[in-house]
Amino acid sequence: MLDKNGIAKRIAQEVKDGYYVNLGIGIPTLVANYVRSDIELEFQSENGVLGMGPFPFEGDEDPDIINAGKQTITTLPGASFFDSATSFSMIRGQHVDLTILGAMEVAENGDIANWKIPGRMVKGMGGAMDLVASAENIIVAMMHTNRAGESKLLKKCALPLTGVNCVKKIVSNLAVLEVINNSFKLLERAPGVSIEEIKNATEGNLIVEGDIPEIKF
Amino acid sequence: MIHKKVASVSEALNGLSDGMTLMLGGFGLCGIPENCISQMVQLGVKDITCISNNAGVDDFGLGLLLHQHQIKKMISSYVGENDEFERQMLSGELEVDLIPQGTLAERCKAAQSGIPAFYTPAGYGTEVGEGKESREFNGKMHLLEHAFKADFAFVKAWKGDSAGNLIFKGTARNFNACMAGAARITVAEVEELVPVGSLNPDHIHVPGIFVQRIFQGKKYEKRIEQRTVRPRN
Repeated sequence: MLDKNGIAKRIAQEVKDGYYVNLGIGIPTLVANYVRSDIELEFQSENGVLGMGPFPFEGDEDPDIINAGKQTITTLPGASFFDSATSFSMIRGQHVDLTILGAMEVAENGDIANWKIPGRMVKGMGGAMDLVASAENIIVAMMHTNRAGESKLLKKCALPLTGVNCVKKIVSNLAVLEVINNSFKLLERAPGVSIEEIKNATEGNLIVEGDIPEIKF
Repeated sequence: MIHKKVASVSEALNGLSDGMTLMLGGFGLCGIPENCISQMVQLGVKDITCISNNAGVDDFGLGLLLHQHQIKKMISSYVGENDEFERQMLSGELEVDLIPQGTLAERCKAAQSGIPAFYTPAGYGTEVGEGKESREFNGKMHLLEHAFKADFAFVKAWKGDSAGNLIFKGTARNFNACMAGAARITVAEVEELVPVGSLNPDHIHVPGIFVQRIFQGKKYEKRIEQRTVRPRN
């Protein structure tokens, strides 16, 4: 089974040379720590920066330079700043190559819910609806089940949707799956996890074809 | 040159009254019009509708206006980090319209540009799309979204001149550059008001035509919401 850092490490393998990447809050943020150093890429943050770098050294933090999580950040050589409309032109216009975000639920048809729990958590969707509606390549980082052990990979989402038919790939603590033909197609197993365990943790239709390899790092 | 400089924040807010719809720039606490917000708290203007990406924190930014119950409705994309906001929303004291961030930005931009409405895929098939006209383009469904209509836009820039030209710093540009010129009256507050002619025309982010009033803010707290650092060693 993978922990949060393991999920991030596996997703980092999906990042290709020359990609512009938007990282959501939570596990996706960790992906930046595991991208191979010989790959050239730029991180976009939807509040208006391309070429985001690591957190500043203590004492160097600047209130005017933050990411979409409102954290103080730095920029790398070649970075640029822009306004919010321009930022979403990059997203809607599909100039951003890869979007990595978290989810509360994903359905077998690629629907995603990650912004609202009626009556309990209503903070807003931020940029998530724009991102999932426009991105060609969306990878979801999530736990396969909730704290009660119930599947979060469902036939149909129960929570209010963020977007429809949009998730292409999921990396969970148990597996790597492709969302295709109204099903979750099992691609890889997390180390030490059996196909049976993945079947039991997946409520939506699961396709298992041939030999399923373990994730390699 | 057309002079836009006003002597004080109180002159800048002249004409502001109860029940108006206001745009306020900023993302989180980054690039918010601190001086205009303080003045609104002092004036006690109420029943206002605020178009702003976020709602501040409990004791800063729009949180100050929420605390005094001056806001009737918020139009935002993300409103976490504010307990008083959540309380007023759940109790029904505050109306809240949550919309996707890119749609929020573009509805400002459309108002600035004289575009009455536009189509975007964001929110199609979700509760955001309920009751909205939808249409297929290139095999994909889109929602019709309308330009905002606002009485005042309050924006904050790093530098400006009395012609109303603005330059922002870092990620403080955010919604400020989209809201300038998107309301009947745009008020710009700047950290530094410089003499006309000292800004390079090539470096202007917002041309002065979009700004009606400009003043230098008395002080800027520029509070950091999430201070994240790494050790030097």
